[in-house]
Amino acid sequence: MLALKRGTIADLLVLLAVWAGLVLLFGEFSTGFLSPATLGSVANRIPALLLVATGMTLLMVTGGIDLSVGSVLGFCGTVVGVTMVDWGWSLPVAIVASIAVGLALGATNGVVSVKLRLPSFIVTLGMLEIARGLAFLAAHSRTKYIGDAVEGIGTPIAGLVVSPAFLCAVVAVVLGQGLLSLTVLGRQLVAVGANIEAARISGIAVDRPRIAAHALLGALTGLAAVFNCSRLGSADPNAGVGFELSVIAAVVVGGTSLLGGRGSVAKSFLGVLIVATLEAGLVQMGASEPLKRVVTGIVIVVAVLADTWRRRE
Amino acid sequence: MILSARHLTKRFGAVTALADVSFDLRAGEIHALCGENGAGKSTLIKLLSGVHPFGSYQGELVLDGQEARFASIRDAQDAGIAVIYQELSCIDELSVAENLFLGRPPRRLGIFVDRPEAERRAAAALARFGVGLDPAAPMRSLGIGQKQLVEIVKALLRESRVLILDEPTAALAEHEVEVLVAILRDLRARGIGLIYISHRLEELARLADRVTVLRDGATVATLPIAAADPETLVRHMVGRDVRDLYPRRSTPLGTPLLEVRDLAVASGRDGLRLTDISFDLHAGEVLGVGGLMGAGRTELLAHLYGTWGDRISGRVQLDGRPLHAGGPAARLRAGLAFVTEDRRRYGLCLEQTVGFNLSLSSLGRLSHAGVLARGAEAARNREWYEKLGIRAAGLAAIVGRLSGGNQQKVVLGKALMTLPRVIMLDEPTRGIDVGAKMELYALVNALTAAGCAVLLVSSELPELIGLSDRILVLSRGRLTGVFEREQATPEALMRAALAAPLARPDAA
Repeated sequence: MLALKRGTIADLLVLLAVWAGLVLLFGEFSTGFLSPATLGSVANRIPALLLVATGMTLLMVTGGIDLSVGSVLGFCGTVVGVTMVDWGWSLPVAIVASIAVGLALGATNGVVSVKLRLPSFIVTLGMLEIARGLAFLAAHSRTKYIGDAVEGIGTPIAGLVVSPAFLCAVVAVVLGQGLLSLTVLGRQLVAVGANIEAARISGIAVDRPRIAAHALLGALTGLAAVFNCSRLGSADPNAGVGFELSVIAAVVVGGTSLLGGRGSVAKSFLGVLIVATLEAGLVQMGASEPLKRVVTGIVIVVAVLADTWRRRE
Repeated sequence: MILSARHLTKRFGAVTALADVSFDLRAGEIHALCGENGAGKSTLIKLLSGVHPFGSYQGELVLDGQEARFASIRDAQDAGIAVIYQELSCIDELSVAENLFLGRPPRRLGIFVDRPEAERRAAAALARFGVGLDPAAPMRSLGIGQKQLVEIVKALLRESRVLILDEPTAALAEHEVEVLVAILRDLRARGIGLIYISHRLEELARLADRVTVLRDGATVATLPIAAADPETLVRHMVGRDVRDLYPRRSTPLGTPLLEVRDLAVASGRDGLRLTDISFDLHAGEVLGVGGLMGAGRTELLAHLYGTWGDRISGRVQLDGRPLHAGGPAARLRAGLAFVTEDRRRYGLCLEQTVGFNLSLSSLGRLSHAGVLARGAEAARNREWYEKLGIRAAGLAAIVGRLSGGNQQKVVLGKALMTLPRVIMLDEPTRGIDVGAKMELYALVNALTAAGCAVLLVSSELPELIGLSDRILVLSRGRLTGVFEREQATPEALMRAALAAPLARPDAA
């Protein structure tokens, strides 16, 4: 039981209504959008986004941010590609390796920004370049074709519309929300983001939750990289360029504050649905890539504006 | 009569904040405004200063015999009404002169700020009002009291004839108050009308000419200062008789809980140090810590709590066990709690709920294997919410929207929920109203009766003397006096606070 407050339920309903509105809108204007096949393809597009948005929400609640998730996703993907193709590792071992690399990079972000007292914005901007460079170095700038071995987790389970990756991401969302609202660590994340001095004086060791949030986001990004590979059947060192912006957009659409102290994984889940549906729907309607970006940008700003207004009342 | 308010009524939705309030201010008068938080003082000020514009209230404002209809704050400022708020609006990054001429500096060629001219004019203005500050000094380098003086001079430069001061002394030490009082008296002599809001009833007597008391949005009385002794004022403010502001109690002293011996602490960052501090704090005792601002009172508490300074020598024992390095978490586990003087900055997560804040220091106790026991948490929150008499819309109310007194109760509740043996209170009644103060005094007595020990820092001498069993006085980081309750007169404390430190003060 996630023990939701009344205001939270209202927020969730609003987001749900926005998403349903989008689905109906696209259903109305483009034939075939409401087919199981299309919806299934949306569902299979989003596991990576969901995983990383969950971690990003937990981090942004502390007042931190991670701009390097797209590059880390790319680098972890090449780790999967290199270990499976060049070194012949099995998928489970490659998954563990990818998560471990993501965890290490996330923890590095956390330790450097927290212990050296640098803004996470700057530290992760550096990591954005570093991880991307590592991805190209590791893959010798070439895409690794992995094929069937990795595609399985991205294809729908027989009899179900969704893939194992999707189910896994939903489990991560549930666990993430549980962590935030039911555990001591979750409470500490919020307290640190709301008022770090007050949290310190209240007896919270404030460094620990912040580093933990960075590290957890890194690990989730490592797993997301596997799902991203499975969707394409390959590991591209260029994968995930601009991914951090989609993630942050989804989290912000879900109402998490960029200043910290307020956020919800459940709402980020709906934010991901909204952003992904919007992108898929526009493609379905035949909108060009530039137009898609214009519309997505407008939706993000409007969503945040609406959230701010609701809160001011 | 420079400014009159006639039959002012102001409603916010269904709530009446002011009901038929009339009030007048003479030129060359200091008129004090008293009342509990929520009595309507802030609303009245906002009407007088144009924050609530003409048309949003009933009644009329008369300035110099003419009806005044302020559409904006700017209108009121142009008419000569200035407000010095508790939260100062100066900009730390700029110099004193730049702050004085903020928004309309003297210019050269129309676009360049004429810095020498600004500093020359600033120096003249500061001298005219007897404020001894360097116009080129960065604002950041000034204390709160000095910043306040800059704000006052800034208001006077705008030709203000009515100056409204909202709790100007709340953050000042006694000697800074003296400077302010002298300047306000000088302004009065120059024919300026001053409206003065303060929760420190004792200081009204030496400053104000008349006092108006508000209660529940209505004027209860306007009294000449001779008739406004603290007892009378409190009776008007709370609407009931108050026999004694500081209830006496007689708790027998128990064993020493906190023992501090030969403590010396330095902090590289602010160059402050504490030297040669020794004292015992017993179970059931309230030990006051007096001294001027900057004497090291807050630093002493912060060091004991593990958040300030490096210990050079000395030892500190809590309940017989030494307190070593380690932060607040270790202190709380050991049974030492701390209530900060700046509750909004260091005490509370303002956008979170009452319940969130109350349990924040007790999460370890309220969880199993890292998972919160939400039932136990809610029960404990409810228990302290009721014990402290917090008045809010429940545990889910947002803390930032509560009054100062209720916010302070939440901070206290957070500390008390950890069940401390020793609790350190730093200016616990700053900015809270008389009713909440008396509840806090009663709570301090209940704590000591239950065997807790209290280390109390307060800049209000009557409060310090009224609550403490013994009082330590610090001056420039050293102990300059230890007073039993019977010897602790304001004069003796001030002498010690101003004293050159003793070579080796007696440990208690």
